[in-house]
Amino acid sequence: MEQMTLFDASPRWTVTTLTRHLRQLLEADASLQGVWVQGEISNLARPASGHLYFTLKDSGASLKCVMWRNEAARLRIPLKDGLAVEAHGSISLYEAGGQYQLYADTIHPLGEGALYQEFLRLKAVLEAEGLFDAVRKRPIPVSPRRIGVVTSPTGAALRDVLNTLRRRLPVVEVVIAPTPVQGDEAPQAIVAALRNLIRVAAPEVILLVRGGGSIEDLWAFNDERVVRAVVEAAVPVITGVGHETDFTLVDFAADMRAPTPTAAAELATQVTVQDLKANLDEIGRILVSETATLLQRCHEAAAWLDNRLRQASPVRRLQNERQRLDEMSRRWNAAQTHRLEIAAEKFRGMENRLQALSPLAVLKRGYAVITKNETVVTSVSQVRLEDALRVRVQDGEFNARVTGKG
Amino acid sequence: MPKTVNKPIEQLTYEEAYGDLERIVAALEEGDQPLEEALALFERGQLLTKHCADLLAKAELKVQELSGETLEPYEEGE
Repeated sequence: MEQMTLFDASPRWTVTTLTRHLRQLLEADASLQGVWVQGEISNLARPASGHLYFTLKDSGASLKCVMWRNEAARLRIPLKDGLAVEAHGSISLYEAGGQYQLYADTIHPLGEGALYQEFLRLKAVLEAEGLFDAVRKRPIPVSPRRIGVVTSPTGAALRDVLNTLRRRLPVVEVVIAPTPVQGDEAPQAIVAALRNLIRVAAPEVILLVRGGGSIEDLWAFNDERVVRAVVEAAVPVITGVGHETDFTLVDFAADMRAPTPTAAAELATQVTVQDLKANLDEIGRILVSETATLLQRCHEAAAWLDNRLRQASPVRRLQNERQRLDEMSRRWNAAQTHRLEIAAEKFRGMENRLQALSPLAVLKRGYAVITKNETVVTSVSQVRLEDALRVRVQDGEFNARVTGKG
Repeated sequence: MPKTVNKPIEQLTYEEAYGDLERIVAALEEGDQPLEEALALFERGQLLTKHCADLLAKAELKVQELSGETLEPYEEGE
């Protein structure tokens, strides 16, 4: 064994100073800052702090990695063991642990082909389970009063949805369940928001929406947990994720798939405020026309009754009676005139006959009527000499005296 | 027959007013009530129609945000 010299003058390191020196060496090497490293993820750990710890490895070596919470939140795909990735970051040294590691800021899946393979694999599994069956799909309420929206509180999707609802049906109530929609934590957060929304607010339909983005941006909507939560939701769900051409697994599981968030809001409001107004106008017209018809019927019934009343009116009978009376009186008058004429005729006949029988008529012929003491003298024996007699001729009377006897 | 006869029309929600309106129209279409009653129904129907139209005209989207177990008013344009 070699004897150490007593007075060795070489400098002494403490563990800390040495480690710091090594760290400074690593950090001073520009080629180790901003590196891309390819490898497969293993030993992935997600402590409550939100930071991610994992190891990148290939067949020959392994590299400790850490991703701080802020960067992890921006992850476009969920990490898991076995996933082949490209990680970007800087190499440095964790002094307390005495290990160099990659401080990752971005992680991409190694080739999108792999991602699409994963999409197809999971789709086949869930499809086989019957989660996408048409019979599972529930009808969307035609005229919901409360609409739930599960989305990012800061995204353009929410603005589009609110503008569309405001334009089409401002009488509805909207409840937003805010959630991150991308990054490693997104799937669990979406599931929690969906469940909480149904439990607390009980909307009649839910819009699960997110604006456009890359396939990684939309990856949370391919997450199995999100798909199952949508299938199990007690309320019909309309998805509007990304653009027209984007299909996610949640779209297949939803009760209705809309091509965009705006379209999802339109599908949730099949009856618009314009329809409601038109319907009200129509009801107003029916009200008026029904009432007009009723009034017309009443008018007609009244007119008919009035007519019958006129027919049965005593005025008419009075008129009849008056006419009858007129006729009677005409006939009576005629009869009366006739009778008078007959009477007058008779009277004239009688007058003639009377005239003929009158003693005056005899007197006209020169005869006279002689009376003695009011008694008509018709015999010589009735008178004596010197008797006073009264003589009546045609135009008067005079006195006479008997002066001799036959 | 109308269900909300005893409530002032201005206090009815859209759904209440509209439901009442539908019943009135149906009753008038039956047309078996006395004229006076029919005219009263008509008058109420017109008031309900106007009330509904007013509600639609001044409707503003009510937006709330779920915060834990409670619903809070949502502030737009943050």
